[in-house]
Amino acid sequence: MSGQRTSTRDIVYIALFAALTAALGLFPPIPIAFLGGVSVTAQSIGPMLAGAILGGRRGALSMLLVVALVAVGLPLLAGGRGGLGVFAGPTAGYLVGWVPAAYVVGKLHEWAWNKLNVVSSFIFCAIGGIIVLYAIGIPWTTVNIGAPFLKVAMASSVFVIGDVIKAGIAAVIAVAIKRAYPLIERRATAS
Amino acid sequence: MMAGRDPAAVSLIHRIGAGPKLLTLAVAGTVLVIVGQWWWLALALAVILALYRFAGLSFAQAYKQIRPLLWILVILFAFQVYWESWNYAALVVLRIAALVLLAALVTLTTRTDALISAVETGLHPLKPLGVDPAKVGLAFSLALRFIPVIAAQAREIRDAQRARGLGTNPIALALPLVLRTLRMAGDVADAIEARSPYSDDDELPPRFAVDIDKSHSRKSCPDNEPPLETSSI
Repeated sequence: MSGQRTSTRDIVYIALFAALTAALGLFPPIPIAFLGGVSVTAQSIGPMLAGAILGGRRGALSMLLVVALVAVGLPLLAGGRGGLGVFAGPTAGYLVGWVPAAYVVGKLHEWAWNKLNVVSSFIFCAIGGIIVLYAIGIPWTTVNIGAPFLKVAMASSVFVIGDVIKAGIAAVIAVAIKRAYPLIERRATAS
Repeated sequence: MMAGRDPAAVSLIHRIGAGPKLLTLAVAGTVLVIVGQWWWLALALAVILALYRFAGLSFAQAYKQIRPLLWILVILFAFQVYWESWNYAALVVLRIAALVLLAALVTLTTRTDALISAVETGLHPLKPLGVDPAKVGLAFSLALRFIPVIAAQAREIRDAQRARGLGTNPIALALPLVLRTLRMAGDVADAIEARSPYSDDDELPPRFAVDIDKSHSRKSCPDNEPPLETSSI
């Protein structure tokens, strides 16, 4: 958030991707049959898309805006959750973790922008949107509920399949958007 | 749904400023985490529920705050009884319930715009680090304005794709939505720039740039209309 200037155009992209992530939370969760009825929400694709399309800095700022909007009480999370109470709950790490997740996804996309394809984009989305996110979410839950780390990690692993699917969707979209609206490249050549 | 909380529901708790309330929440939250005996947390929970009544909120509203967590708390209680002891299980479950209810009480009794301006005020000390509270305010306003717009577009796209038999294809839903969002962002940025007296992309319109350092802000025409409506958060 420091150093680099954020232009008005950047603010608009940051705000609209925050709004997009919020809008994704309005879709009802999809129960996945082969996961024994575990519901998957469309919303956590938001940090992957924000990073992959806006880049690290703008992507992370837009997720920070989502977190702030939830904190001031808007019911933006899947299932209509919102407010400061969310941050006291055991799964808040998976919300706060969106910020570093989007940052890592974005930085990786910036780094490999010129040779980006669906496979590399998928790997980057998985590193940021799954590994980084769970690295924050699982310890958070562990501390919050005072349960052993390994048991929490095992319980969390049922969500990985849904997130892998989301990383795949995000990768296809990111590569398609790269052709139509190459936002990262323009920034790279401008600065 | 996106507007602030009901301004007519006024109690003493409603009237306390957003800043003091957030500070109180931070202190009380820390105390709740430190407390190590379940009966103190049961007492705290009772006090918090009393505060709900004091703020003119019903117990049903309090229950609504905890309901999304209910099954997690039940499973958690059962597992903690199994792993540790029922004392510890009660401690953990009561602590989460108390923290969630207390934080939700702040949200329920404070208008969203008051919380946003508290956030902006809280950001002022970060100005030397390059954080511009006016730009943060613009980002908040834009996001609030565009959530319903993008949600409506999402519904529209879903209906259109369902008509084509693509209703369950996530890429057919998300790709047009992302494209439309980006196109909209471009239009909005163009509109802000077109209505701004500044030609420089890095400068905000005067209404958002009240406190911007004089050294890098150019003089604007004094008779220029403010370019964007921000008071309608």
